[in-house]
Order: sequence, then C-alpha cells, then structure tokens
Amino acid sequence: MSKFKSKLKSGSPGISTASLPDIVFMLLFFFMVTTVMRETTLFVDVLTPKATEIRKMEKKSLVSYIYIGSPVKRLQSSYGTKPRIQLNDAFAETTDIQEFIATERETHDEKEIPYMTVSIKADEEVRMGTVIDVKQELRKANALKINYSTRKGSYRQGF
Amino acid sequence: MARSNRELQEINAGSMADIAFLLLIFFLVTTTMDVDTGIARKLPPMPEDEQIEDDSQIHARNIYVVLVNSNNQLLVEGLPMDISQLKDGAKDFIDNNGLNPELSDNPEKAIISLQNDRGTSYKTYIQVQNELTAAYNELRNTAALSEFGSRYYDLLKTQQRDIRKKYPQKISEAEPKNIGENE
Repeated sequence: MSKFKSKLKSGSPGISTASLPDIVFMLLFFFMVTTVMRETTLFVDVLTPKATEIRKMEKKSLVSYIYIGSPVKRLQSSYGTKPRIQLNDAFAETTDIQEFIATERETHDEKEIPYMTVSIKADEEVRMGTVIDVKQELRKANALKINYSTRKGSYRQGF
Repeated sequence: MARSNRELQEINAGSMADIAFLLLIFFLVTTTMDVDTGIARKLPPMPEDEQIEDDSQIHARNIYVVLVNSNNQLLVEGLPMDISQLKDGAKDFIDNNGLNPELSDNPEKAIISLQNDRGTSYKTYIQVQNELTAAYNELRNTAALSEFGSRYYDLLKTQQRDIRKKYPQKISEAEPKNIGENE
C-alpha cells in the first residue's frame, strides 16, 4: 500500500508539452498549404443564383472562370453599371474570350484539355444576352464543357 | 564579456506554441474550403458550314417546348406556366411512354427545347435549368430505386450508365430571340 502511495506522489511528471509546438506547426503547415488565397481581384459584383440540383466541381486546376456582372461600386463612375465580363484580372469584351481560352489551354497538358471546364460565374441580375454571347464565343473556341456556378439553396425561399 | 558568458542561455521556447497557435487560428479562419458548385452543361459544337439542321425527323410530340420571354414568363407547350409547375410538367412529358398522345413516346426520344429571350434574367434561366435537371434527377432516382434499390448517385458507374441510357438528358437550346431589343 505504502509502496503504491509513494509511487503516486513522487512520479507524476505531468504530460510533456514539449511536442505541442510540433503538433501545432504540423497543423499550421497543413492549413497554410491548403489555403487558397483568391488570386483574382473581382472588378464585378457577382452574386450567383441559387439552385438545388448542383454538383461539386472537380479538379480546380482545370477550371477557368468567366465573371459576368456589374462593375463594383468604386469603378462604377468610370465603367458605368452595365454588366461587364471579367477574365483573369481585367475587364474584357466577348471577342477576347477565344484568346483567353487559347492561353488557358497553353498552360495545361495536352491530355488534360478535354477535361477543362469553363465556369460561368454570372450575377443573377445579368440579362441572358450577355451570357448567350459568352456561350457563343465558347462554342467557337470549342470549349464545350461549361458549368453555371450557383449557390446551394432553394430560390423559392426568396418568395 | 564575463557577464555575457554568465547569462548565456537558450531562448525561451515556451511561447513558441502560442505563436504557432496564433498563426494556426489565422489560417483556420481565412481558409475557405469553398467547393465550387454549379450546374454542369455541355454546349453543342459549332455547326459545320452549310450544314442544315434537320428537325423533321423528330416527331412534334417528342419535343417539349419551353419558352422564356424577357419578362421572365414561361410558355410551355403553348400555354403559360408558373415555374413551380415546370418540374412536374417535364416529368410527365418525359415519362409518358406513349400514354398521352400529346406527350413523348418514351424517355429516350424525349427532347426538351429551351428558348429564351436576350432579355431574360440569368436567375430565371438558372431556375428553368434547375427545374429541368431536377425532373431528370428525380426520374433517374426513381428508376435507380426500382431497378437497383439505391439512389442514382450511390450506384456503380456501370449501373449509372444504364440509367442514363434510359433517361438521357436531352435539353436543346435554340438560338435566342431578341424581341425585347435588350442588350
């Protein structure tokens, strides 16, 4: 009995926290690696419409984005409120899309080209005319795999 | 000199964990594991030169015409319709199997023709696309449940292909009209 007691008293060194920084650093590196900072600054306001029948997009590296929407507030004085197209980091016209697709393709392996997707991130207030023009250009550029970017949720909630 | 020797000691690493935690929390907060979601579609290739599209082989009963005007109103098979009814309407049309002489012969022949105005809002367009996709998804799910006993997305690739063959998603988009003269 006494032996047991003495052992308990003398030998409880507490859990060593020496390896705690290592564990935390490991987590830190994980999050640092997985964090994707937004590469493009948006010049257009995009609030994608809601939909329920949505699918997750795979292979983000194979996705090119086309943003359509009204210019953001601070640019409205110089660009107006008419919906504009944004490719990468600049406003663009519909005629620039074919070139955009061509440059996007150059950055990828030839084998990956059939799997490349164009994600159309358009604001819900945009008129279809602009979207149709974009789609026509994509057809001309033979980029046929597209994805209408949407948020998850039922639009009926809005009514 | 002597003094510095005497006081030479290791940097206290005790606060290292705190610093690391701080950084960790920063990255935890900023990380948005935003999974991009959306409705996937495949555009038809540009027609070859001088190729005339031949619609005459498709029987009129196998085409479900959905028109959307610039005021975001729907005209389905010649009648105005509310968007909430579109899914059921499309389901009835696709899964008719020749019962109603005005609806499709069978799901394989059924084609949904969608035409919208240049003035239609993108929101309405997505809603229509969503309802039509929902109609197909529900039909595929029902078929999957009755044939294989589980939902469509839980099936094997080959089983999914069978179901897809039975209910091919044929949504054709006609060249848009510009009645409202909208940009």
